[in-house]
Amino acid sequence: MNGIHDMGGMHGMGPIEYEKDEPVFHEPWEGRVFALTVAMGSWRKWNIDASRHGIEQIPPVDYLRMSYYEKWFTRLVGLLLERGLVTGAEVADGRPAPDSPKATPPLTAAQVAETLGKGGPYNRDTPAPARFQPGQPVRARNLNPAGHTRLPRYVRGRLGAIDRDRGIYVFPDSNAQFRGENPQHLYSVRFTARELWGGEASPRDSVYLDLWDDYLEPA
Amino acid sequence: MAHHHHDHDHDHGQDVPSDLALRVKALESLLVEKGLVDPAALDALIDTYEHKVGPRNGARVVARAWANPAYKQRLLANGTAAIAELGYMGRQGEHMVVVENTPKVHNLVVCTLCSCYPWTVLGLPPVWYKSAPYRSRAVIDPRGVLREFGVTVAEDVEVRVWDSTAEIRYLVLPERPAGTERMTEDQLAALVTRDAMVGVATVGAPA
Repeated sequence: MNGIHDMGGMHGMGPIEYEKDEPVFHEPWEGRVFALTVAMGSWRKWNIDASRHGIEQIPPVDYLRMSYYEKWFTRLVGLLLERGLVTGAEVADGRPAPDSPKATPPLTAAQVAETLGKGGPYNRDTPAPARFQPGQPVRARNLNPAGHTRLPRYVRGRLGAIDRDRGIYVFPDSNAQFRGENPQHLYSVRFTARELWGGEASPRDSVYLDLWDDYLEPA
Repeated sequence: MAHHHHDHDHDHGQDVPSDLALRVKALESLLVEKGLVDPAALDALIDTYEHKVGPRNGARVVARAWANPAYKQRLLANGTAAIAELGYMGRQGEHMVVVENTPKVHNLVVCTLCSCYPWTVLGLPPVWYKSAPYRSRAVIDPRGVLREFGVTVAEDVEVRVWDSTAEIRYLVLPERPAGTERMTEDQLAALVTRDAMVGVATVGAPA
Protein backbone atom coordinates (compact mmCIF):
# COMPACT_ATOMS: atom_id res chain seq x y z
CA MET A 1 0.00 0.00 0.00
CA ASN A 2 1.10 3.54 -0.68
CA GLY A 3 1.19 4.36 3.02
CA ILE A 4 3.03 6.78 5.28
CA HIS A 5 5.32 3.91 6.36
CA ASP A 6 6.94 4.00 2.91
CA MET A 7 9.01 7.09 3.69
CA GLY A 8 12.30 6.57 1.85
CA GLY A 9 13.24 9.87 0.16
CA MET A 10 10.74 12.09 1.99
CA HIS A 11 11.72 15.50 3.33
CA GLY A 12 10.52 17.45 6.33
CA MET A 13 10.73 14.80 9.03
CA GLY A 14 13.17 16.89 11.08
CA PRO A 15 16.63 16.21 12.50
CA ILE A 16 17.67 12.77 13.72
CA GLU A 17 17.24 12.66 17.49
CA TYR A 18 20.04 10.66 19.06
CA GLU A 19 19.84 9.46 22.63
CA LYS A 20 23.10 8.53 24.31
CA ASP A 21 23.09 5.31 26.36
CA GLU A 22 19.55 4.60 25.32
CA PRO A 23 17.78 1.87 27.31
CA VAL A 24 16.32 -1.10 25.41
CA PHE A 25 12.86 -0.16 26.69
CA HIS A 26 12.05 3.35 27.94
CA GLU A 27 9.10 2.23 30.05
CA PRO A 28 8.15 -1.18 31.46
CA TRP A 29 4.97 -1.25 29.33
CA GLU A 30 7.11 -1.10 26.16
CA GLY A 31 8.84 -4.33 27.13
CA ARG A 32 5.47 -5.95 27.90
CA VAL A 33 4.09 -4.94 24.47
CA PHE A 34 7.20 -6.29 22.78
CA ALA A 35 7.03 -9.59 24.68
CA LEU A 36 3.26 -9.97 24.26
CA THR A 37 3.66 -9.51 20.51
CA VAL A 38 6.42 -12.12 20.25
CA ALA A 39 4.62 -14.56 22.58
CA MET A 40 1.28 -14.24 20.76
CA GLY A 41 3.11 -14.78 17.47
CA SER A 42 3.84 -18.33 18.63
CA TRP A 43 0.13 -19.15 18.13
CA ARG A 44 0.96 -18.87 14.41
CA LYS A 45 -2.31 -17.09 13.69
CA TRP A 46 -0.40 -14.59 11.60
CA ASN A 47 3.00 -14.28 9.94
CA ILE A 48 5.63 -11.53 9.88
CA ASP A 49 4.22 -10.01 6.69
CA ALA A 50 0.67 -9.81 8.03
CA SER A 51 2.15 -8.38 11.20
CA ARG A 52 4.03 -5.64 9.32
CA HIS A 53 0.86 -4.88 7.39
CA GLY A 54 -0.89 -4.40 10.73
CA ILE A 55 1.41 -1.44 11.46
CA GLU A 56 0.91 -0.05 7.96
CA GLN A 57 -2.84 0.06 8.47
CA ILE A 58 -2.54 2.59 11.29
CA PRO A 59 -3.88 5.89 9.86
CA PRO A 60 -1.03 8.21 8.75
CA VAL A 61 -1.75 10.92 11.31
CA ASP A 62 -1.64 8.37 14.14
CA TYR A 63 1.39 6.61 12.62
CA LEU A 64 3.44 9.81 12.84
CA ARG A 65 2.13 10.77 16.28
CA MET A 66 2.45 7.43 18.04
CA SER A 67 5.63 6.15 19.66
CA TYR A 68 7.08 2.93 18.25
CA TYR A 69 5.65 0.60 20.88
CA GLU A 70 2.31 2.38 20.88
CA LYS A 71 2.13 1.35 17.23
CA TRP A 72 3.04 -2.21 18.28
CA PHE A 73 0.23 -2.19 20.87
CA THR A 74 -2.31 -0.94 18.32
CA ARG A 75 -1.15 -3.57 15.86
CA LEU A 76 -1.33 -6.35 18.46
CA VAL A 77 -4.90 -5.53 19.47
CA GLY A 78 -5.87 -5.35 15.78
CA LEU A 79 -4.34 -8.76 14.99
CA LEU A 80 -5.87 -10.39 18.07
CA LEU A 81 -9.34 -9.19 17.06
CA GLU A 82 -8.90 -9.93 13.37
CA ARG A 83 -7.64 -13.46 13.97
CA GLY A 84 -10.32 -14.21 16.55
CA LEU A 85 -8.06 -14.73 19.57
CA VAL A 86 -10.00 -12.22 21.64
CA THR A 87 -13.31 -10.38 21.21
CA GLY A 88 -13.91 -6.64 21.29
CA ALA A 89 -15.94 -7.10 24.48
CA GLU A 90 -13.05 -8.92 26.14
CA VAL A 91 -10.61 -6.13 25.25
CA ALA A 92 -13.08 -3.53 26.56
CA ASP A 93 -13.68 -5.45 29.83
CA GLY A 94 -10.10 -6.65 30.28
CA ARG A 95 -11.37 -10.13 31.21
CA PRO A 96 -12.37 -13.30 29.37
CA ALA A 97 -15.97 -13.86 28.28
CA PRO A 98 -17.73 -16.20 30.74
CA ASP A 99 -17.84 -19.09 28.25
CA SER A 100 -14.27 -18.59 27.03
CA PRO A 101 -12.24 -21.84 27.10
CA LYS A 102 -8.90 -21.76 28.89
CA ALA A 103 -6.01 -22.33 26.50
CA THR A 104 -2.48 -23.53 27.15
CA PRO A 105 0.23 -21.04 26.15
CA PRO A 106 2.37 -22.41 23.29
CA LEU A 107 5.44 -20.55 24.53
CA THR A 108 6.71 -21.19 28.06
CA ALA A 109 9.61 -19.42 29.75
CA ALA A 110 11.70 -22.58 29.38
CA GLN A 111 11.17 -22.55 25.60
CA VAL A 112 12.06 -18.89 25.01
CA ALA A 113 15.79 -19.32 24.38
CA GLU A 114 15.32 -22.26 22.03
CA THR A 115 12.47 -20.60 20.13
CA LEU A 116 14.41 -17.37 19.61
CA GLY A 117 17.51 -19.38 18.67
CA LYS A 118 15.60 -21.19 15.95
CA GLY A 119 14.00 -18.04 14.57
CA GLY A 120 11.80 -18.24 11.51
CA PRO A 121 13.81 -18.68 8.32
CA TYR A 122 12.05 -17.29 5.26
CA ASN A 123 14.06 -19.07 2.59
CA ARG A 124 12.46 -22.12 0.97
CA ASP A 125 13.67 -25.22 -0.87
CA THR A 126 10.75 -25.08 -3.29
CA PRO A 127 12.24 -24.95 -6.79
CA ALA A 128 11.53 -21.73 -8.66
CA PRO A 129 13.12 -20.47 -11.86
CA ALA A 130 15.46 -17.47 -11.57
CA ARG A 131 14.21 -14.94 -14.11
CA PHE A 132 17.31 -12.77 -13.78
CA GLN A 133 21.07 -13.24 -13.60
CA PRO A 134 23.75 -11.25 -11.75
CA GLY A 135 24.83 -8.23 -13.77
CA GLN A 136 21.57 -8.08 -15.70
CA PRO A 137 19.88 -4.67 -15.95
CA VAL A 138 16.36 -4.69 -14.52
CA ARG A 139 13.59 -2.22 -13.89
CA ALA A 140 11.53 -2.20 -10.70
CA ARG A 141 7.94 -2.55 -11.85
CA ASN A 142 5.46 0.26 -11.38
CA LEU A 143 3.19 -1.66 -9.00
CA ASN A 144 0.76 0.03 -6.62
CA PRO A 145 -0.96 -2.75 -4.69
CA ALA A 146 -3.43 -1.65 -2.02
CA GLY A 147 -2.20 -4.47 0.23
CA HIS A 148 1.19 -5.21 1.74
CA THR A 149 4.29 -4.95 -0.41
CA ARG A 150 8.02 -4.55 0.18
CA LEU A 151 8.64 -2.65 -3.03
CA PRO A 152 9.22 0.93 -1.86
CA ARG A 153 7.78 3.74 -3.97
CA TYR A 154 11.14 5.39 -4.49
CA VAL A 155 12.44 2.54 -6.67
CA ARG A 156 9.30 1.84 -8.71
CA GLY A 157 9.95 2.39 -12.42
CA ARG A 158 13.67 2.87 -11.77
CA LEU A 159 16.49 1.14 -13.58
CA GLY A 160 18.88 -1.02 -11.57
CA ALA A 161 21.15 -4.02 -11.97
CA ILE A 162 21.08 -7.43 -10.33
CA ASP A 163 23.99 -7.55 -7.90
CA ARG A 164 23.39 -11.12 -6.73
CA ASP A 165 20.77 -13.80 -6.34
CA ARG A 166 19.98 -14.34 -2.64
CA GLY A 167 18.03 -17.56 -3.17
CA ILE A 168 14.34 -18.41 -2.88
CA TYR A 169 12.25 -16.63 -0.27
CA VAL A 170 8.62 -16.31 0.81
CA PHE A 171 6.85 -13.57 -1.15
CA PRO A 172 5.45 -11.00 1.30
CA ASP A 173 2.64 -9.63 -0.86
CA SER A 174 0.73 -12.92 -0.93
CA ASN A 175 1.86 -14.17 2.47
CA ALA A 176 0.58 -11.04 4.25
CA GLN A 177 -2.90 -11.83 2.96
CA PHE A 178 -2.67 -15.55 3.87
CA ARG A 179 -2.79 -16.37 0.18
CA GLY A 180 0.23 -18.62 0.20
CA GLU A 181 3.99 -18.24 0.41
CA ASN A 182 4.57 -18.12 -3.37
CA PRO A 183 8.35 -18.60 -2.88
CA GLN A 184 10.50 -16.98 -5.54
CA HIS A 185 13.98 -15.67 -6.14
CA LEU A 186 15.09 -12.66 -4.17
CA TYR A 187 17.84 -10.49 -5.64
CA SER A 188 20.07 -7.80 -4.29
CA VAL A 189 19.48 -5.00 -6.79
CA ARG A 190 21.75 -1.97 -7.08
CA PHE A 191 20.32 1.42 -8.04
CA THR A 192 22.63 4.36 -8.56
CA ALA A 193 21.88 7.44 -6.47
CA ARG A 194 21.55 9.45 -9.71
CA GLU A 195 18.97 7.06 -11.14
CA LEU A 196 16.90 7.42 -7.97
CA TRP A 197 17.42 11.08 -7.11
CA GLY A 198 18.65 12.82 -10.25
CA GLY A 199 21.79 14.58 -11.38
CA GLU A 200 22.41 16.40 -8.11
CA ALA A 201 23.11 13.12 -6.32
CA SER A 202 26.62 11.79 -5.87
CA PRO A 203 27.91 9.99 -8.98
CA ARG A 204 29.53 7.31 -6.81
CA ASP A 205 26.75 6.40 -4.42
CA SER A 206 24.12 3.71 -4.70
CA VAL A 207 21.25 2.07 -2.85
CA TYR A 208 20.82 -1.69 -2.66
CA LEU A 209 17.46 -3.35 -2.08
CA ASP A 210 16.45 -7.01 -1.87
CA LEU A 211 13.66 -7.41 -4.42
CA TRP A 212 11.64 -10.46 -5.48
CA ASP A 213 11.16 -11.74 -9.03
CA ASP A 214 7.61 -10.38 -9.20
CA TYR A 215 8.86 -6.85 -8.44
CA LEU A 216 11.18 -6.78 -11.46
CA GLU A 217 11.07 -6.73 -15.24
CA PRO A 218 13.87 -6.98 -17.82
CA ALA A 219 15.28 -3.62 -18.86
CA MET B 1 11.13 9.74 31.04
CA ALA B 2 14.87 9.74 31.35
CA HIS B 3 15.53 11.23 27.94
CA HIS B 4 15.18 14.59 26.30
CA HIS B 5 12.26 15.69 24.19
CA HIS B 6 12.08 17.56 20.95
CA ASP B 7 9.27 19.15 18.95
CA HIS B 8 10.02 17.07 15.88
CA ASP B 9 10.44 13.81 17.67
CA HIS B 10 7.42 11.61 17.31
CA ASP B 11 9.07 8.31 18.03
CA HIS B 12 9.83 8.84 21.68
CA GLY B 13 7.08 8.56 24.19
CA GLN B 14 5.97 12.08 25.01
CA ASP B 15 2.64 11.74 23.26
CA VAL B 16 1.79 8.48 24.97
CA PRO B 17 -1.62 8.74 26.58
CA SER B 18 -1.35 8.41 30.32
CA ASP B 19 -3.63 5.38 30.20
CA LEU B 20 -1.50 3.40 27.73
CA ALA B 21 0.42 1.58 30.46
CA LEU B 22 -2.94 0.62 31.98
CA ARG B 23 -4.31 -0.59 28.67
CA VAL B 24 -1.22 -2.76 28.14
CA LYS B 25 -1.62 -4.18 31.63
CA ALA B 26 -5.31 -4.92 31.00
CA LEU B 27 -4.49 -6.68 27.73
CA GLU B 28 -1.78 -8.74 29.38
CA SER B 29 -4.07 -9.90 32.18
CA LEU B 30 -6.78 -10.77 29.65
CA LEU B 31 -4.34 -12.87 27.60
CA VAL B 32 -2.94 -14.54 30.73
CA GLU B 33 -6.43 -15.35 32.04
CA LYS B 34 -7.40 -16.84 28.70
CA GLY B 35 -4.30 -19.01 28.85
CA LEU B 36 -2.91 -17.44 25.68
CA VAL B 37 0.40 -16.27 27.18
CA ASP B 38 2.63 -17.37 30.02
CA PRO B 39 3.72 -14.27 32.01
CA ALA B 40 7.03 -15.95 32.83
CA ALA B 41 7.70 -16.26 29.09
CA LEU B 42 7.16 -12.51 28.77
CA ASP B 43 9.71 -11.90 31.54
CA ALA B 44 12.18 -14.21 29.77
CA LEU B 45 11.71 -12.42 26.44
CA ILE B 46 12.32 -9.01 28.01
CA ASP B 47 15.32 -10.29 29.94
CA THR B 48 16.79 -11.74 26.73
CA TYR B 49 16.84 -8.42 24.90
CA GLU B 50 17.65 -6.28 27.94
CA HIS B 51 20.56 -8.40 29.15
CA LYS B 52 21.63 -11.18 26.80
CA VAL B 53 21.29 -10.23 23.15
CA GLY B 54 22.77 -6.91 22.11
CA PRO B 55 25.58 -5.14 20.24
CA ARG B 56 28.29 -6.89 22.25
CA ASN B 57 27.48 -9.94 20.13
CA GLY B 58 28.13 -8.03 16.93
CA ALA B 59 31.31 -6.54 18.41
CA ARG B 60 32.65 -10.05 18.99
CA VAL B 61 31.95 -10.93 15.37
CA VAL B 62 33.78 -7.82 14.16
CA ALA B 63 36.74 -8.41 16.47
CA ARG B 64 37.04 -12.02 15.30
CA ALA B 65 37.01 -10.87 11.68
CA TRP B 66 39.71 -8.28 12.37
CA ALA B 67 41.89 -10.77 14.22
CA ASN B 68 41.38 -13.77 11.97
CA PRO B 69 41.59 -13.38 8.17
CA ALA B 70 40.16 -16.85 7.50
CA TYR B 71 37.14 -16.04 9.67
CA LYS B 72 36.69 -12.72 7.90
CA GLN B 73 36.62 -14.52 4.58
CA ARG B 74 33.94 -16.92 5.83
CA LEU B 75 31.98 -14.02 7.33
CA LEU B 76 31.85 -12.10 4.07
CA ALA B 77 31.06 -15.24 2.06
CA ASN B 78 28.30 -16.53 4.36
CA GLY B 79 27.37 -14.18 7.17
CA THR B 80 24.74 -16.42 8.74
CA ALA B 81 27.04 -19.44 9.06
CA ALA B 82 30.08 -17.50 10.24
CA ILE B 83 28.07 -15.59 12.86
CA ALA B 84 26.58 -18.90 14.05
CA GLU B 85 30.15 -20.10 14.73
CA LEU B 86 30.11 -17.67 17.64
CA GLY B 87 26.74 -18.96 18.79
CA TYR B 88 24.58 -16.06 17.52
CA MET B 89 21.61 -17.22 15.50
CA GLY B 90 17.85 -17.14 15.28
CA ARG B 91 15.16 -14.55 15.28
CA GLN B 92 15.86 -11.55 13.04
CA GLY B 93 19.27 -12.95 12.21
CA GLU B 94 18.14 -15.91 10.11
CA HIS B 95 19.64 -14.51 6.91
CA MET B 96 22.72 -12.39 7.61
CA VAL B 97 24.85 -10.49 5.14
CA VAL B 98 28.01 -8.70 6.28
CA VAL B 99 29.21 -5.73 4.24
CA GLU B 100 32.75 -4.49 4.61
CA ASN B 101 33.88 -0.89 4.92
CA THR B 102 37.15 -0.18 3.12
CA PRO B 103 39.11 2.97 2.26
CA LYS B 104 36.97 3.11 -0.91
CA VAL B 105 33.53 1.99 0.30
CA HIS B 106 31.33 3.10 3.20
CA ASN B 107 28.20 1.06 3.98
CA LEU B 108 25.08 2.33 5.74
CA VAL B 109 22.06 0.24 6.78
CA VAL B 110 18.44 1.40 7.03
CA CYS B 111 14.94 0.01 6.74
CA THR B 112 12.82 2.66 5.04
CA LEU B 113 9.59 0.66 5.41
CA CYS B 114 9.70 -0.25 9.10
CA SER B 115 12.47 -1.16 11.52
CA CYS B 116 14.25 -4.28 10.21
CA TYR B 117 17.48 -4.75 12.16
CA PRO B 118 19.81 -7.71 12.91
CA TRP B 119 18.62 -8.61 16.41
CA THR B 120 20.99 -11.54 16.93
CA VAL B 121 24.08 -9.35 16.67
CA LEU B 122 22.81 -5.86 17.61
CA GLY B 123 19.76 -6.48 19.82
CA LEU B 124 16.64 -4.35 19.38
CA PRO B 125 17.03 -1.14 17.35
CA PRO B 126 17.44 2.28 18.98
CA VAL B 127 14.70 4.89 18.56
CA TRP B 128 16.62 6.97 16.01
CA TYR B 129 16.96 3.97 13.67
CA LYS B 130 13.18 3.46 13.74
CA SER B 131 12.39 7.15 13.43
CA ALA B 132 10.98 8.99 10.42
CA PRO B 133 13.97 11.37 10.07
CA TYR B 134 16.49 8.54 9.67
CA ARG B 135 14.31 6.28 7.55
CA SER B 136 13.30 9.05 5.16
CA ARG B 137 16.75 10.57 4.62
CA ALA B 138 19.22 7.68 4.75
CA VAL B 139 18.47 6.72 1.14
CA ILE B 140 18.24 10.19 -0.43
CA ASP B 141 20.94 11.98 1.57
CA PRO B 142 23.24 9.39 3.17
CA ARG B 143 26.19 11.78 3.28
CA GLY B 144 24.09 14.40 5.06
CA VAL B 145 22.87 11.81 7.55
CA LEU B 146 26.44 10.67 8.15
CA ARG B 147 27.53 14.27 8.73
CA GLU B 148 24.81 14.56 11.38
CA PHE B 149 26.41 11.57 13.08
CA GLY B 150 29.81 13.28 12.81
CA VAL B 151 31.12 11.15 9.95
CA THR B 152 32.49 12.88 6.87
CA VAL B 153 32.86 10.58 3.89
CA ALA B 154 35.39 11.79 1.31
CA GLU B 155 34.12 12.54 -2.20
CA ASP B 156 36.13 9.69 -3.70
CA VAL B 157 34.62 7.13 -1.34
CA GLU B 158 31.53 5.25 -2.54
CA VAL B 159 28.57 5.22 -0.18
CA ARG B 160 26.42 2.09 -0.36
CA VAL B 161 23.09 2.25 1.39
CA TRP B 162 21.43 -1.09 2.21
CA ASP B 163 17.66 -0.69 2.50
CA SER B 164 16.83 -3.89 4.36
CA THR B 165 13.22 -4.23 3.26
CA ALA B 166 13.24 -8.06 2.81
CA GLU B 167 14.32 -10.77 5.28
CA ILE B 168 18.05 -10.26 4.73
CA ARG B 169 19.66 -8.52 7.70
CA TYR B 170 22.86 -6.49 7.38
CA LEU B 171 25.85 -5.97 9.62
CA VAL B 172 28.57 -3.49 8.68
CA LEU B 173 32.13 -4.68 9.22
CA PRO B 174 33.88 -1.40 10.11
CA GLU B 175 37.47 -0.61 9.17
CA ARG B 176 39.97 -1.70 11.79
CA PRO B 177 41.61 1.39 13.24
CA ALA B 178 45.36 1.90 13.10
CA GLY B 179 47.34 1.25 16.25
CA THR B 180 45.42 -1.90 17.19
CA GLU B 181 47.86 -4.46 15.75
CA ARG B 182 48.85 -5.83 19.14
CA MET B 183 45.38 -5.93 20.64
CA THR B 184 43.64 -9.13 21.66
CA GLU B 185 40.22 -10.02 20.33
CA ASP B 186 38.63 -8.93 23.63
CA GLN B 187 40.36 -5.56 23.45
CA LEU B 188 39.30 -5.13 19.84
CA ALA B 189 35.68 -6.00 20.67
CA ALA B 190 35.64 -3.27 23.32
CA LEU B 191 36.36 -0.67 20.61
CA VAL B 192 33.42 -1.65 18.39
CA THR B 193 30.18 0.29 18.77
CA ARG B 194 26.62 -0.46 17.71
CA ASP B 195 26.61 2.66 15.53
CA ALA B 196 29.72 1.53 13.65
CA MET B 197 27.99 -1.76 12.85
CA VAL B 198 24.97 0.11 11.42
CA GLY B 199 27.35 2.31 9.45
CA VAL B 200 26.64 5.68 11.08
CA ALA B 201 30.02 5.77 12.87
CA THR B 202 33.56 4.64 12.33
CA VAL B 203 35.74 2.93 14.93
CA GLY B 204 38.28 5.31 16.37
CA ALA B 205 41.86 4.49 17.28
CA PRO B 206 42.31 3.57 20.95
CA ALA B 207 43.08 6.54 23.22
